[in-house]
Amino acid sequence: MASAMINVPAKARRGDIIEIKTLMSHIMEPGYRHKASGEVVPRDIITSFTCRFNGNEIFRADLFPAVAANPFITFFTTATESGKFEFEWIGDKGFSETASASISVE
Amino acid sequence: MRFSGAIAAALLTASIVGAAEIPQTDRRSGYSFMAPDTRVMQDDDTANPGMLWVLDGEALWKRKAGAAEKACADCHGDARVGMMGVAARYPAFDRATGRPVDLEQRINSCRTSQQQATPLPFESRELLALTAFVARQSQGVPIETGADPQLAPFIAKGRELYTQRQGQLNLACANCHDDNWDKRLAGAAITQAHPTGYPLYRLEWQSLGSLQRRLRACITGIRAQAYDYGAPELVELELYLMSRAKGMAMEAPGVRP
Repeated sequence: MASAMINVPAKARRGDIIEIKTLMSHIMEPGYRHKASGEVVPRDIITSFTCRFNGNEIFRADLFPAVAANPFITFFTTATESGKFEFEWIGDKGFSETASASISVE
Repeated sequence: MRFSGAIAAALLTASIVGAAEIPQTDRRSGYSFMAPDTRVMQDDDTANPGMLWVLDGEALWKRKAGAAEKACADCHGDARVGMMGVAARYPAFDRATGRPVDLEQRINSCRTSQQQATPLPFESRELLALTAFVARQSQGVPIETGADPQLAPFIAKGRELYTQRQGQLNLACANCHDDNWDKRLAGAAITQAHPTGYPLYRLEWQSLGSLQRRLRACITGIRAQAYDYGAPELVELELYLMSRAKGMAMEAPGVRP
């Protein structure tokens, strides 16, 4: 039941600095912990987050085992034109999730 | 070790334990003890990780389950209307068993009797998600738990447990949460134990958790044997704490350090 929450303003004026907030559901198991039986719990984390605006990459982050569960990634960008933000999370065990949000710029 | 040392230190500085109840005007939600960053996290739905469970719960609410092929929504309709204020009345008296049940137990009894499905394990993602979704519909609603007169003997039992010293540290809940709530335990604020935000996201857990999980953690902290999930004692404690917080606003899903 993986799910993402995205907060992008629906409207902005050209040149405005806008905040993008993203929250992704993920356990972020670091791979350093052991079960009671002594076996290592295998690493299961998100390794990469990317945001594209109208096809062009505008933000990218690499994630590591120290990042807490359910990573909350927020960043700022300048509103230049109307269009679509596309978000992508990639991780261990074939984890791959996408989300998108549109903005209209006047 | 650091933690238990701090408990001992807090006890030494405490005056003779009076177990005086907190005056109504001094009651404060755990929210007001938190750092501004953590408050923002709770207040902003898109930053509150508890909302991930609420979203899952919304999907589960509409999904058919069990031999009866029924979804919660088939009987209860739109949760935004039908479930508003419901969580603010739990734990509530259950006529079938003659005992109080908490919200998780109510959801599970609905699953077995109405949906003819298997009950969901305590602290499972599904049960937490459904509970969070239902509790979310009461956000801002004042707590009303305990209004039913049939609950009176169970509230009294819960209060007895709350004031009963137990464990190797020989502490009652009241020793911290009634007598020393304005002090700190190591770096952490001792709160007044008003369960306004459950189920809530604890940063320490990196997950959503129930009030029973919180109570078990506290009981383990005083080095007593924790009651099993679903034990009558835990439900009575939940009931007493919710009735003690009567009139305070529901915050679920809360965020706590």
